[in-house]
Amino acid sequence: MYKISKSKMPELLALIAGKMDLFLPVDNNGTVNFGLWTEDARVDLDTLKTVKSPKDAFFPQSEVLYSCYRKAKKTTIEPAALKDAPFAVFGVRPCDVRAFEVLDKVFLSEPADVYYAARREHGIVVSLACHEPEESCFCKVFGIDAAEPSADVAMWQTGEEYCWEAKTEKGENLTALVVSLLEACEDTQAVEEEKAKIRDLVDRMPNSHLSLEGWGQGKTKERFDDPRWKELSDACLGCGTCTFSCPTCQCYDIKDFNTGNGVQRYRCWDSCMYSDFTMMAGGNNRTTQMQRFRQRFMHKLVYFPDNNDGMYSCVGCGRCVEKCPQSLNIVKVIKRMGGTK
Amino acid sequence: MQEQLIARAKELLADGTVVRVLGWRKGDTDFSAEPAFFENGNGLDEFTYDGFCGANLSKYMIAASKLEGKTLVFLKPCDTYSFNQLIKEHRIDRDKAYIIGVGCDGKLDIEKIRSAGCKGITAVQEEADTLTVETVYGNKTIAREDAVLERCKACKGGKHVAYDELFEGCDEEKPAKEGRFELVEKLEAMDPKERFAFWQGELSRCIRCNACRNVCPACSCIKCVFDNDRYDTAQKANTTSFEEQMFHIIRAFHVAGRCTDCGECSRVCPQHIPLHLLNRKFIKDINEFYGEYQAGEDTDSRAPLTNFTTDDVEPGIVRERG
Amino acid sequence: MPIDNNENKEFKPLIVAFCCNWCSYAGADLAGSSRLSYPADVKIIRVPCSCRVNPLFILRAFQKGADGVILCGCHPGDCHYTTGNYYARRRMTLLFSMLDYLGIENGRTRVEWVSAAEGVKFSQTMNEFIEQVRSLGENVRLEDLRCKNN
Repeated sequence: MYKISKSKMPELLALIAGKMDLFLPVDNNGTVNFGLWTEDARVDLDTLKTVKSPKDAFFPQSEVLYSCYRKAKKTTIEPAALKDAPFAVFGVRPCDVRAFEVLDKVFLSEPADVYYAARREHGIVVSLACHEPEESCFCKVFGIDAAEPSADVAMWQTGEEYCWEAKTEKGENLTALVVSLLEACEDTQAVEEEKAKIRDLVDRMPNSHLSLEGWGQGKTKERFDDPRWKELSDACLGCGTCTFSCPTCQCYDIKDFNTGNGVQRYRCWDSCMYSDFTMMAGGNNRTTQMQRFRQRFMHKLVYFPDNNDGMYSCVGCGRCVEKCPQSLNIVKVIKRMGGTK
Repeated sequence: MQEQLIARAKELLADGTVVRVLGWRKGDTDFSAEPAFFENGNGLDEFTYDGFCGANLSKYMIAASKLEGKTLVFLKPCDTYSFNQLIKEHRIDRDKAYIIGVGCDGKLDIEKIRSAGCKGITAVQEEADTLTVETVYGNKTIAREDAVLERCKACKGGKHVAYDELFEGCDEEKPAKEGRFELVEKLEAMDPKERFAFWQGELSRCIRCNACRNVCPACSCIKCVFDNDRYDTAQKANTTSFEEQMFHIIRAFHVAGRCTDCGECSRVCPQHIPLHLLNRKFIKDINEFYGEYQAGEDTDSRAPLTNFTTDDVEPGIVRERG
Repeated sequence: MPIDNNENKEFKPLIVAFCCNWCSYAGADLAGSSRLSYPADVKIIRVPCSCRVNPLFILRAFQKGADGVILCGCHPGDCHYTTGNYYARRRMTLLFSMLDYLGIENGRTRVEWVSAAEGVKFSQTMNEFIEQVRSLGENVRLEDLRCKNN
């Protein structure tokens, strides 16, 4: 294990950024999101939750798949280049690390998504344990330990220092790159104390002990026709805030953009909350907001576990809990429809 | 006050004046009340009206107008402007609504409380001018003034412009707050380059979640131009800098002259983009060029963009003004 | 278009002119038949009335590569549809003001009233407008990179 003082952090980040692209939480006028490191970026490792999750690093909001254009009476088709150089995603929280595993289930199962796979192969995830969990967090419900990130490199904030531990080969490589700035540290007591503190805090969060009874594998019939979907979805605006801030929402749409001289085929995030989601020539299979609303939560809490050996596709990051404009969210859904009530 | 509201709603349900109630349902925390329809008296026990009931309920009346029977709706003073505007646009049916006007001292913004350094909030208590925020990291007291929604800082005053009855505690005489256009003026005074940089910084955060559009009482088109896949304006969540500019210019333009400045767009933006500054720019221009106008103040005047005079200013004014 | 070939050439702004069918388009016609010159970089789009022009049209013109956009219609009071240009006038005033507010150069947009008899005014207006846009340079603030790169 290594450690580095907080004051040396900018130097470490600059060193990494000198070797590879570095994504990390950046403050833009008071709002923190993952973005590329630049010399004058205001890096913010203290904010617990970025508005958007770091899934952009592997599954960007919009990406061009290929472009065709006509030049000198010749039509050219140019596929987008796959990621072929290592890059680091820094300061990812444990829940978001689990979210990558959820996305892997979707994008890496056969046939694998080549764009995602290439990014995943070259991405190095540096995770930071949650020094100060918040009330909207409920990762514990899904068995995630906010004190023990399972990424390539795990970090803990202990006083004025960060502890650094490589967990995988990729992590070792990154460590070797920056070892000149790290200080060896054999004493694990500080980290253990931090872990215990985090676990205690998480335990005291109001949503940490939600019961998932009534959800999970094989609950489709029981939940699908529940009359409470209606009352829960009445106020839903049909916006995409929950899906776009979610670290595990993985639906996308593929569209063409007319550049005037050719076509760019791109894919971008789509939201099951939108009225034109999965629109087909024959119309739309979900015609009311209640059905769309139900789809989102059934997918996370029933269908996904059904297809993935019980793995939920919610990681309890709590972004939708904080961000829903009308305060509708997955915690309310779990509570109101769970078997215990 | 909440008990009296519930009691009155139950009364109106029982005597058949209305068949459903549109209000707010208690959330699982002090700050997560959600807009909700109540179909019967028992459900109303979950009704709440507190400092976090910022949501403007007028737009839900479009859906309620299509249902059988009357709906009882609780409207704050500024919500009634949106309600009137929707009547003017023939989107809701006045006869299907029974409005109880409720008072408002400015609604609270949980995001502002969070950014004041409160983490792990478990309860928020309101006492006159201060808020006591209980968190797992200890209690904190902040001034209520610092936690009110951005729109409440430019409150239109306490007057309800549409109602069937007013509830006690309404202060119809409460004056509007000054300084609504302060920030717009500040931006206008900037150098164009600075202004461009400012808006690029703000708009670049847009994730095209469409929350601003979907919450807006003026955005009541059945099919939005940005959803219509017969044109390539429907680029879904593609967020290039041009798409962001186009979406926000057109969104603000479509509601110009109809926007009541209810501020819902800025309230719901997950990325805290000050969208009301776009709308207020149009309002300010309209006031300057075509005379003072407040959308939603009445239900029969002509809106500025569906009206003209033969001696209107020429578009060249923008350049002359510098 | 390959950018490298343009290096030594002077900047030739691309102008999109929306002209109303009844006055300005006829004015442009008259300019042509009177052999009055205006640069070929003005692309005219004929619209039934100046009020047919939706703010999206203006933005789309910039998106697809225009450096300046001008809207020409009948003189106020002379609209073929009686009042169309009055509405257009309000809309464009507000739109241009908004573009200016977002920091986009206010010299890139313009409205001019040109009647069917004003061939001279049409060519003068276009020459003036092109000069003005040329001095502003290429449209960067309201560009769509997707349309520029290939």
